[in-house]
Amino acid sequence: MADAKVIPFGEEPRARRKARRVGRGTALAPVPEARTVPEPAAPPQPTAGRTLDERIAGGLNFLRRRITGDYEVDDFGYDKELTDQVLMSLLRPIYEKYFRVEVKGLENIPSEGGALVVANHSGTLPLDGLMLQVAVHDNHPAERHLRLLAADLVFVLPVINELARKAGHTLACAEDAQRLLERGEIVGVMPEGFKGIGKPFADRYKLQRFGRGGFVSTALKAGVPIVPCSIVGAEEIYPMIGNAKTLARVLGLPYFPVTPTFPWLGPLGAVPLPTKWTIQFGEPIPTDGFPPEAADDPMLMFNLTDQVRETIQHTLYKLLVQRRSVFF
Amino acid sequence: MGNVVLVTGAARQLGGRFVRRIQRDPDVDRVIGVDAVPPEHHLGGAEFLKADIRHPAIARVLAETGVDTVVHMDINGTPLGSRGGRASVKETNVIGTMQLLGACQKSPNVQRVVIKSSTSVYGSAPRDPAVFTENTPPKSLPSGGFAKDTVEVEGYVRGFARRRPDVAVCVLRFANVLGPCADSPLAEYFSLPVLPTVLGYDPRLQFVHEDDAIEVLRIAAAAPRRGTLNSGTFNIAGDGVLLLSQTSRRLGRPTLPLFLPTVTWAGTALRSIGITDFSPEQIRMLTHGRVVETTQMRETLGFHPQYTTAETFAEFARSRGSGLLPPESLARTVDRLAGVLSARGGPTQ
Repeated sequence: MADAKVIPFGEEPRARRKARRVGRGTALAPVPEARTVPEPAAPPQPTAGRTLDERIAGGLNFLRRRITGDYEVDDFGYDKELTDQVLMSLLRPIYEKYFRVEVKGLENIPSEGGALVVANHSGTLPLDGLMLQVAVHDNHPAERHLRLLAADLVFVLPVINELARKAGHTLACAEDAQRLLERGEIVGVMPEGFKGIGKPFADRYKLQRFGRGGFVSTALKAGVPIVPCSIVGAEEIYPMIGNAKTLARVLGLPYFPVTPTFPWLGPLGAVPLPTKWTIQFGEPIPTDGFPPEAADDPMLMFNLTDQVRETIQHTLYKLLVQRRSVFF
Repeated sequence: MGNVVLVTGAARQLGGRFVRRIQRDPDVDRVIGVDAVPPEHHLGGAEFLKADIRHPAIARVLAETGVDTVVHMDINGTPLGSRGGRASVKETNVIGTMQLLGACQKSPNVQRVVIKSSTSVYGSAPRDPAVFTENTPPKSLPSGGFAKDTVEVEGYVRGFARRRPDVAVCVLRFANVLGPCADSPLAEYFSLPVLPTVLGYDPRLQFVHEDDAIEVLRIAAAAPRRGTLNSGTFNIAGDGVLLLSQTSRRLGRPTLPLFLPTVTWAGTALRSIGITDFSPEQIRMLTHGRVVETTQMRETLGFHPQYTTAETFAEFARSRGSGLLPPESLARTVDRLAGVLSARGGPTQ
């Protein structure tokens, strides 16, 4: 049922995407040749219409750089090459085929300079963050990269922390956020945190408290616009009907989800439901008009936080009304 | 009146190099190297005094020689040669610093004190911000080992700076110093044929080249140049970041990922039988990594390192010889594969 519908994307990205898909199709036509290529050597290239030889050469070049350590990471451990060539390619099928994400209002993310994307958080596992990253990476005309701020739990867990750093995520703290914004990066934050992602299914699409609103003062200090972002579809991927609190405490987790399938079917229960997603970016809220001391004004912070929160909540309701079904 | 410089820790490689370097400085009249054991290397004509900084006798040395600049480099993570274990290292670091600073406080001649500290004062924890600035408070204070020593040393230095506001105090927090003749535990680690790493973690590392370390110590020990200020606390690190996986690939040494408890346990076991000096805080550093910001070093101290982190590491890798999987031969293999594939793919076009 998942692959039944193809949902059109925005005009320009769609054209680009189509061209790439066509290019990939023709390039992969002579299959017997490709068999000799080692597995990681042929990552999907973003440019269309490349011949097989060029693709093999590109893949081998990539392999060569990787095994000799000849690549760069930034101060946060962001490995752009690995993200572009491998991590995004792994997430893209989930994004395109499984959740069939529809992106709206991408023009609200500026083509240059910093911006803070504030999104709702849901879905028991932070797949919404990853999909948001793919959405910006694949569709933004200026090929911008979203740098997500992640909970500290992410950086405690082995393997996860390594992948998160390489994908450009960093710890959700004011220092890191400000440093990234001042460097002109697009930073993504989900201020609801665990309260949002771990809320019961009955509370779906009800925004939780936005932390202490620290994200607003960070954006204000950096003078970057705040882009509200609403994600519909992520709430239903793991309908959390219960929370095994004792088990969570024993495991040191903020919550331990119980879904109709999860602990009962074992790993099979951890497969998310193939819901249909919509990601809508709203009008940016400028923050550069405020004086520098405004970041210390709690009233202003509360007002701005509420404004962002209301915008996201209203957009969520609007998108929910427009939605035909959870799965299509 | 010219400069009389006292350098502690002169029997170590870096200390020895620094003594030889400032001995050539035209502004410096006299250099006195101090350590508890005589150095194996020559000191370029500088005087050497065999004195233990843990004893109050160091105050007499300061008074008799009229020292005006003290460069305290005897803060180390490992014992020199076979000179005792961790306990004596800690004593030299902490008690030695106390005695030395006490002597400085009493000496009317001292005008400048330079402390070689380390970025390990920040600790390494997953909940820390990605990049440390000089005034980032560490989330978890180092619980022991060299890192705790540096925290305590810096505490004494702050106290000294309060009591003697007329003395210029400069604390240099060095990232891992590497170079052709580095003898640090990290250099030893990178010389292993197979690098044990912690499974599921890829720490970010920063390095400083020995030449840069000597140069920045020299800047800190001299009068400040125009437009710069050389008292205060500064992070010293080369530009850029290397991941541990990258360093192992560039060295050509394969990694052996182990579970974190295994690594900690093996580290303790090896340390207790005296094979390695690998301390828990170093394991933590190789688990979570550490990156510091160096804006203050550039803008206030006016020091621009000659080597980036990657260049420092390349220099170090060259001095260590090739490992089991030299990157050059791996690259050649890939090139050969590319050649074969293009030769086979050619006719079909």
